[in-house]
Amino acid sequence: MTEGGATIFDRVQELVAARVPVAVATIVRGDGVGSKLLVLPDGVEGEGSFANLGLGQVVETAAREALQAEKSGVHTFGTTEVFIDVHPQPPQLIVVGAVHIAQALVPLARTLGFRVVVVDARSALATRERFPDADEIVVAWPDDAFTRLEVTPKMFIAILTHDPKFDEPAILGALATDAIYIGAIGSRRTNEDRRARLLGAGVSEDQIARLRGPIGLDLGGGTPEEVALSIAAEMIAVKNGRSGGSLRQATGRIRADG
Amino acid sequence: MSEWLPEIDRWRQAGKRVAIATVISTEGSAPRPVGARMAVTEDGEMAGSVSGGCVENAVLLEGQDVLKTGTPRVVRYGITDEMAWDVGLACGGTIEVFVEPVDGSAHD
Repeated sequence: MTEGGATIFDRVQELVAARVPVAVATIVRGDGVGSKLLVLPDGVEGEGSFANLGLGQVVETAAREALQAEKSGVHTFGTTEVFIDVHPQPPQLIVVGAVHIAQALVPLARTLGFRVVVVDARSALATRERFPDADEIVVAWPDDAFTRLEVTPKMFIAILTHDPKFDEPAILGALATDAIYIGAIGSRRTNEDRRARLLGAGVSEDQIARLRGPIGLDLGGGTPEEVALSIAAEMIAVKNGRSGGSLRQATGRIRADG
Repeated sequence: MSEWLPEIDRWRQAGKRVAIATVISTEGSAPRPVGARMAVTEDGEMAGSVSGGCVENAVLLEGQDVLKTGTPRVVRYGITDEMAWDVGLACGGTIEVFVEPVDGSAHD
């Protein structure tokens, strides 16, 4: 257990950084307290203590279930208690439009745990200088970009170009994915015009209903930072299956993870 | 899921020994969820939080003791009841925290 501590800690950090989903099982009560087992999509890594206790298989199964459910917690196996800590793949945000609101949204979304990709065809805007925090910057037209992006299960798309020649191909590309959040910036009027054009282009009402436009929660903000906050707040509400009003008006559980 | 604290890397690079405390279970309205983390060094530096401030000082002492003895352990902090607890959670929850050394437990 002692020699393995540093290695396992570093290994978990490395896996999390590489966005490999991993569950870390640690014996917290019973024999072998502190021993760790890593459960990855294609195998396990770690110490023999679990196998010696005859727990290798049951802990691996429980860890895979916990990872699937994205729920960390203590599991009891006879006299051994094991804390299974899950590190699922982080949600991913695709920001289309390397504009000033994007510059405010990218660091905010990173802070909130999203992997963030910025997409824009304009190489003068989609730069590392303007987006030092972005995980990836893709210089491409949105329809092309969507075919090149890594599609992940929990994908959020914010379309911020504010220009039909960029944002409509982006919306069509976004609707072709199974993203759980697709928002597009624009006034109510822009939104109505856009809706009419999408309908005219043969997009179904059901598909258009997936589009959140105007994007964001109703916070009334106007600065890029305030708009970014309203978008990020809407993303978090969607992630947690909430509508995003004041807690004062709500009666259910405060935390979705509680 | 567990939080990652950038301080841990900084401290380890500086050659400091670090203990990590992770919330492994909660009952009632605990201030921080399962997976919340705090790290401490031998010298008493702290990062992160397991209870939003209620029991961090006690966890610091446990962490330093874990670094000294090399024995990881579960520590339970309970409902505030002035008679029973010096250190309690103001909001009335109970949490269990697992405290372990990052770089193995040897302290020869």
